[in-house]
Amino acid sequence: MVGSAVSGSVALRARSAIVGIAELQPSKSPQGRTPLGLISEVALAALADAGLEPADVDGIVVCPAMMQYSMLWPSVVAEHLGLRPTYLEFVDLGGATSCAMVARAAAAIANGQARTVLCVNGDTWDPKGMYLKPPPLFSPLRDFTMPYGAAGANADYAMAARLHMHRYGTTSRQLAKIAADQRTSALDNPLALFHGKPLTVDDVLASAMVCDPLHLLEVVMPCTGAEAIVLTSAERARDFPHRPAYVLGFGEYLEPDPFQRPDLLVTPAVESARQAFAMAGVTPRDVTLAEIYDCYTSAVLIELEDAGFCKKGEGGPFIEAHDLTWAGDFPLNTHGGMLSFGQPGLGGGMTLVVEGARQVMGRAGTRQVKRNDVAFVHGNGGTFTEECSLIFGKEP
Amino acid sequence: MSQPSQEMPASPRPLPKLEGDAAPYWRALAAGRIELPRCTACRRWVFYPRPFCPSCMSREVAWQEVSGNGTVYTFTIVRKPTNPYFLGQAPYVYAVVELDVGVRLPTMLVECDPEQVEIGAAVEPVFARVSDEVTLLHFRPRR
Repeated sequence: MVGSAVSGSVALRARSAIVGIAELQPSKSPQGRTPLGLISEVALAALADAGLEPADVDGIVVCPAMMQYSMLWPSVVAEHLGLRPTYLEFVDLGGATSCAMVARAAAAIANGQARTVLCVNGDTWDPKGMYLKPPPLFSPLRDFTMPYGAAGANADYAMAARLHMHRYGTTSRQLAKIAADQRTSALDNPLALFHGKPLTVDDVLASAMVCDPLHLLEVVMPCTGAEAIVLTSAERARDFPHRPAYVLGFGEYLEPDPFQRPDLLVTPAVESARQAFAMAGVTPRDVTLAEIYDCYTSAVLIELEDAGFCKKGEGGPFIEAHDLTWAGDFPLNTHGGMLSFGQPGLGGGMTLVVEGARQVMGRAGTRQVKRNDVAFVHGNGGTFTEECSLIFGKEP
Repeated sequence: MSQPSQEMPASPRPLPKLEGDAAPYWRALAAGRIELPRCTACRRWVFYPRPFCPSCMSREVAWQEVSGNGTVYTFTIVRKPTNPYFLGQAPYVYAVVELDVGVRLPTMLVECDPEQVEIGAAVEPVFARVSDEVTLLHFRPRR
């Protein structure tokens, strides 16, 4: 039931590019750091990567830091960094946040609201010792879920996996292969939380069941960490130290309440990806690597289908048929994904954005994919509720 | 304001707010009936309850009783609850039940072996009285 008239405006195609990236090594505990401290460190690193100084930045896009949640956050961060931006934005779309931050930065540059935009995420994770509680979640729907033992996103993504298995015959081994292949890629990423710890399908299936049919190692681990990227106009992008990653397309869509819509397994990714591909003028067949929000293995399974990489219901066989490691024939979540790298905060999807850009820029080192022409990057917020897709290209 | 504590916070039973747009729903449950709002203009059911229809924007929404019979749309066996209140109840079945009228309700399946639950299984309502004011709507396999 797509009511959107947005067709993925070709006028916005490749108007901006990513020219700087930075990522901090994630950690399981805060180690004395604060979200604002992490944000500062990674923002300065991204600017240095682009050969810029804070004075060169005239746009900033931030997202909620769960452990330092505050009103006026864009201006707090901008002030802290010494910026004087003409464009400030705050994006709060759960797992779609980071992709949507890039989409807004790209649109602002295309509109002439800013020339150089910093997108930055940083958060700590310390459920036992948190000095600030995470921000409250409100929705009238929660009165109809929490009293019945709702177990957050774990239960919702488990129910999606269960329905997919029932309807299409998808197996736990197929889902587990996503986590195992991503771990193989993480073995080539020294920053990943689970670097140096090989993982097999059998290991995944032997891990504790959290919510049937999802095992512990199919569930993302929140962590402390930070990422930042710098975008500028496509015209200027050639003059930076690194080869740019052009933002060829972006799209976004919300379909409320996944359990009331006609089919839980047909997600807003259908529409967000359609918009992004239409804007970019490419198809899923042109994509040479994918970075897809992997809060759970079941999220990746369903987004692969809805983004158009295989038909609905064929995600399981698709996963089985392809080598999903960075060296494989369908490179997916090439830095290990959040499942192996860690998920830093609500903007944790920024690690997928950074990796997508890094690969397209040709800077992924020992895990550099051979064909890095077109990357599909996807964020998924809520339970397949609000979603955002991006397409990066090596050429404008 | 209470002082920040390093101790595990108390975990009261999560219960719905009884005032507001959903008040008639909870009042009906307490009286042993399931009532849902339905748009009198486009005839679509409105869930969760709102005083307008999010499909056609009509403000003509009326409460209507339904039987509560339905089937399991999907489910999970929760083995690691996120709310400490439910720790002692795990493993339990958290499910979405599709009522015969098409509305899908999040719920807990009770009076069943979690390992035997199947998608599509017929279920019937269980009115789980918590207090004079609050009754929750659980479901069990239809007999």
